Amino acid sequence: MADIIVFILLVACGYFIGGHRERSHYRSIFARERATLELTLLSGKAIDPAWQIAQAALVTGVCVISVDYFKSVAAGLRNLIGGRVSAYESLIDRARREALLRMKAQAAALGGKVVVINVRLETSSISGMKADGRSGQVASVEVIAYGTALALA
Amino acid sequence: MILTTIESVPNLRTVEHMGLVSGSTVRSKHVGRDLMAGLKNIFGGELKGYTELLNEAREEAVARMVKQAEALGANAVVNVRFSTSAVAAGAAELYAYGTAVRVE
Repeated sequence: MADIIVFILLVACGYFIGGHRERSHYRSIFARERATLELTLLSGKAIDPAWQIAQAALVTGVCVISVDYFKSVAAGLRNLIGGRVSAYESLIDRARREALLRMKAQAAALGGKVVVINVRLETSSISGMKADGRSGQVASVEVIAYGTALALA
Repeated sequence: MILTTIESVPNLRTVEHMGLVSGSTVRSKHVGRDLMAGLKNIFGGELKGYTELLNEAREEAVARMVKQAEALGANAVVNVRFSTSAVAAGAAELYAYGTAVRVE
């Protein structure tokens, strides 16, 4: 009985606190994306001949985000019937966008008008031991975003 | 040392290729970080400790790659890529590689 109560408590914690954190993170992502619309990210490597390039530098952004308990339970249930695991979709989306925003912040620090070309995203997860020593997956997603920032004169 | 993810360095001419250079770091998490990660698995959100760890690993891998390029007499590394892989439980590798070149 106690197990069930703890389980329900954990799921509720994940649902309410995790949900709140996700919403506030998304609000912050949207606000920063709007604020940095000027800074163009291109996944291609073509350089416009009209650009007067003053400086080229490697810029990177890193983000590791963990699931909440509700999401892992929801994903576990989803595993039984298959299909889209929307709980994890938003997780990966947040990690990617956060990493891109951090890369943008680094690029903006070069000053002036900046374009980032050949942007790449590398995604993986750190698998490992749980806190209590049992082997298991700390369900998290880590993203490295990187590209070449061109400071335009 | 100029690093780019494209084939060349803008405005500069590549005069010599020195071949592939790379740097890697294998990182694992310590108990304190894992404990916090365990809690974060309940509440969700960013794992700041891991983000920091990944950042350090990236810096270290790039530094090793740059050192190797310097030893070859290069002044730029072009076509830089990052790659990650899981080596074993609790350890992950971050690998940075690129082509060392001399530009003028």
